[in-house]
Amino acid sequence: MNIMPEMTKEIKIALVGSPNSGKSSLFNALTGSRQKVANYPGVTVERRSGKYTTKNDQNIVLIDLPGIYSLKDRTLDERVSREVITGVHTSESRPDILLCVADSTNLRVHLRLVLELKHLGLPVILALNMHDMAERDGIDIDPEILSRELGIPVVTTIAVRSGSLDGLKTQLSNSITDLIPPKDAVQAPTTRELQKQARTLAKTAIISEGIHHKVTRELDKILLHPVLGIIIFFITLFGMFQLVYFWAETPMSLIEQGFLALRGIISGLLPDNWLRSLLVHGVIAGVGSVLVFLPQILILFTFILILEATGYMARAAFIMDRLMALVGLNGRAFIPLMSSFACAIPGIMATRTIEHHRDRLTTIMIAPLMTCSARIPVYALLIGAVVPNNPVIFGLFGLQGLVLFGLYLAGIISALIVAAVLKMTLTKGAAQPFLMELPKYQLPVLKHLLINLWERARIFLKRAGTIILYSAIGLWVLAQYPKKPLGATEPDIYYSYAGTLGRALQYIFEPLGFNWEMSIALIPGMAAREVAIGALGTVYALQGSEDQIAQGMRTVIQNSWSLPTAFAFLAWYVFAPQCLATLATVRRETNSWGWTSFMTIYLFALAYLAAFIVNNVAIALLG
Amino acid sequence: MRYLSDLNIGDEAKVLGFEAERCKDIEFARDLEDRLLEIGFEEGLDVKILHEGPVSRDPIAVRIGQMTIALRRMEADAVKIS
Repeated sequence: MNIMPEMTKEIKIALVGSPNSGKSSLFNALTGSRQKVANYPGVTVERRSGKYTTKNDQNIVLIDLPGIYSLKDRTLDERVSREVITGVHTSESRPDILLCVADSTNLRVHLRLVLELKHLGLPVILALNMHDMAERDGIDIDPEILSRELGIPVVTTIAVRSGSLDGLKTQLSNSITDLIPPKDAVQAPTTRELQKQARTLAKTAIISEGIHHKVTRELDKILLHPVLGIIIFFITLFGMFQLVYFWAETPMSLIEQGFLALRGIISGLLPDNWLRSLLVHGVIAGVGSVLVFLPQILILFTFILILEATGYMARAAFIMDRLMALVGLNGRAFIPLMSSFACAIPGIMATRTIEHHRDRLTTIMIAPLMTCSARIPVYALLIGAVVPNNPVIFGLFGLQGLVLFGLYLAGIISALIVAAVLKMTLTKGAAQPFLMELPKYQLPVLKHLLINLWERARIFLKRAGTIILYSAIGLWVLAQYPKKPLGATEPDIYYSYAGTLGRALQYIFEPLGFNWEMSIALIPGMAAREVAIGALGTVYALQGSEDQIAQGMRTVIQNSWSLPTAFAFLAWYVFAPQCLATLATVRRETNSWGWTSFMTIYLFALAYLAAFIVNNVAIALLG
Repeated sequence: MRYLSDLNIGDEAKVLGFEAERCKDIEFARDLEDRLLEIGFEEGLDVKILHEGPVSRDPIAVRIGQMTIALRRMEADAVKIS
């Protein structure tokens, strides 16, 4: 069945361009939803590819290379782009045509990259993007002169308006029909020499220079104002997080109810056997506890994508840069870290906006220290059980609220310390310049927003369907088998693998003041943090609805946990990486088992240390 | 000799050249001139300080040509101005 009709080789076109050239918008406009985001093997560089069908029905593979200013080997992005374009990349074959995207409002700068690309041996098409904005700013470029001087086809485009792409589409078809075979790359002149050529070229092709984008100028006066700017920034953040919780509430409870209904249906259909238990307690409980965060993740991402598309994200980085620089991070790390307060998963995924590899790794490593919303149920239960709500500080605050605040603060402070230590050790390297263009403000395009949002949702759902599903099943097996021997008195889980493991771990956890019930609950609690409560309920053989279990737990904690034990457990949860979904995300985003293991180990080590200190200090203080 | 890092908000000047050696970090200084050139700094262009960061007046945002570029004062230290 392998006989194929005579097939012409699939043409591959690579999009190249500087950051803010509108390259990704153009890619979205050409491929629509027919695109895929992955990583290049072994590195964190994103590989976006998509399909495009030309006017004469030829299928083309488009790849969107990372935004770069030049093709030196300084950053990973530059290296990967260079390797792909020159055909030495190990997994990506050499493209046939380069589509270079340049910002028309800033041609002088972008022409230098075009000149550099011309030395790489591939046919180049130049797209003068954001043509409408250039016109509005009074910039007049003659594409014909440019085309003649450069010796390559030049078209004008407005990526955010699909009707404007006819010229480009025609040119793509023509270039494919008269495809020029690739040549070897030759050494490009120095940056300075290229710039000189670009300047001469710009002088001949740019008829009028225009003025600095007015809307951007006026908006920046407010948004980057030393006082107003900060106020607006924090109001934006505050509003964003309010809405993440507020809007997500209904869909989250719908998803919960959905899973509850599914449980009911399965319990009704199947007899009480292992299969029912696997489906109800393994699959539905495990996957459900992670999927319930999907609405929060999507809402958060909608905001992040809008901030990114409008150009505000770069301003946020500008405002926060100085503070982040204190621990060796870039201003761009701020939003991903803030997002991690909702959930570390979107936070870690949002680090893609951090250009520098090492800064991005550092940010990923500390993201789980931001107290995510899944920790709230654990905190709420324990604080409610052991901390009296006495008014403190002149009656302004309740003690419970203060403890909760302290836990958040403990996470933030340790994150800053870990970041500083990492920057001096593992992610050490030459400081990265902050140097960044503040792009012109633009309205986001709904279609592009939806494409990107769907891509994030797809990644998350795929993970829930694979690694999270498998680990949920694995944890279920550990907690269910072997079965309780006849006449035994302890709860079922005591005799299971999880129970045996937990009791063995008890010796390790004893210095922290953890009892064997807690040690056992930590194992199924690996699935997601809040699962630990349900697991504790199982160990203490509590029955009933979630609320009843929580109520029962409160009584159990008050009666059978000492105060140092409870506080040590809280300290444990500030640090412990008790969430497989996060670890899976780190694995995917760093593309490295090494970093994933490093994070797991360092977080467990910190958790152990913190719980140990808290337990012993509390014992010493309370006698 | 004056440098871009010496300017305050609202100040205007002309770029004269680059002196990346002024950065103490040698690794950092090596690429700095190229990077500044690549993002759009160039001899002879006018620069104006448009904005300053809220803490320690750092980083700064400058207008150069048609663009607004954000950079830390440490980086601006390598840009010679008239």
